[in-house]
Amino acid sequence: MKKRFNIAIASGKGGTGKTTVAVNLAVVLADLGKCVQYLDCDVEEPNGHIFLKPDITSRSAVTVSIPEVNEEKCNGCGVCASICEYKAIAVIKDKVLIFPELCHSCGACSLLCPEDALVEVDNEVGELETGESQGIRFAQGRLNIGQIAAPAVIKAVKEAAQDCDIVILDCPPGTSCNVIEAVKDADLVILVTEPTPFGLNDLYLAVEMTKALAKPFGVIINRYDIGDDEVINYCNRENIDIFMKIPDDRRIAEAYARGDLVIKSNEWLNELFASLWDRIRIYLEKVSADHNGDFEKRKTEAGT
Amino acid sequence: MKIAIPAKGQDITSPFEQRFGRTRWFIVVDADSRDWKAYSNDTNMQAVQGAGIQTAQRLADLAVDTVISANVGPKAFRTLKAAGIRIFMGTADTVEQALTLFQEGRFPEASDANVESHWV
Repeated sequence: MKKRFNIAIASGKGGTGKTTVAVNLAVVLADLGKCVQYLDCDVEEPNGHIFLKPDITSRSAVTVSIPEVNEEKCNGCGVCASICEYKAIAVIKDKVLIFPELCHSCGACSLLCPEDALVEVDNEVGELETGESQGIRFAQGRLNIGQIAAPAVIKAVKEAAQDCDIVILDCPPGTSCNVIEAVKDADLVILVTEPTPFGLNDLYLAVEMTKALAKPFGVIINRYDIGDDEVINYCNRENIDIFMKIPDDRRIAEAYARGDLVIKSNEWLNELFASLWDRIRIYLEKVSADHNGDFEKRKTEAGT
Repeated sequence: MKIAIPAKGQDITSPFEQRFGRTRWFIVVDADSRDWKAYSNDTNMQAVQGAGIQTAQRLADLAVDTVISANVGPKAFRTLKAAGIRIFMGTADTVEQALTLFQEGRFPEASDANVESHWV
């Protein structure tokens, strides 16, 4: 399988336009002849399907392992409860109580049970759907209501990626485990923000996360002509690349509200998104040149 | 009868605590002698998750058979039930007052959790 290029579209703040960027970028790239896989990793609220309108051809359950006790073997020793990092097991009056909603499926309890009384069983936490939308390969995950194991569903979505040139990962908002799961395999992270104090605060958190994961990244400022200049000042101060600025334009809101792709309803937006890809390529060349530069420098320092 | 009452301090005169799993203290009272002892619940108060379960487990280990609480969530309820601990729902200004009201039969026994889970 050839190397796929993974682009994660993330944000600190919710509602800044991640999905708008992700679906429109996916279609622009497909129009340029690229083989594109779109992955909706926002499994608590997948909404890319509204715009891509895919034909879903396959559905499957996403499961995690949870322990189940064999009461004939269990002697109530309490080892399982004492080693459970997530407090998902209690042993009361020699009886094991398991709380699946707290379980992180680490498997330690069944591994360490001295009586071999715990077995791992499948617990359904969500659903994976795959299909196609106008040549774009589509996959989305949906976490079941009341479940918290979002990373497991996100993992299943990522594993559903098919052979292609570019993978677009539409991430959940924030900087939680769910976002880390979606972003950690990315080759490039695009952080979508808005020029408001909330946007800036959450962009700052998202930048710190992205830096901690050592990912190349840039920013898209949506509705850049509202709010204030603090996001731009911050990006300039920190030498963060701004890949694109999307204006606050009623035509975008109208297309979005209809569930249309903004690039299909407005030619100038099509050009804007096509130029985003150019901008990304320039950035990647710069990053790779920097890396080679570092490499040359290290080689010199090492006297080779 | 050994009764556990959530408290904001470590005295029988301390204010009554509305929370169960994340109470800072428990006052455990012997109903017949009215002897009492305070137990810190600091570890469970700071638990990332499962505070109610762990607190219930602790009370079971202390051989408590009755809990007075303003609120109890579904996981704590399940654990207390498994331990055979009876739960009486009510609230008061102080621990002492809660004990008196309970002994006057003013607090109904819980048949189910009265609040939602609040995991992260």
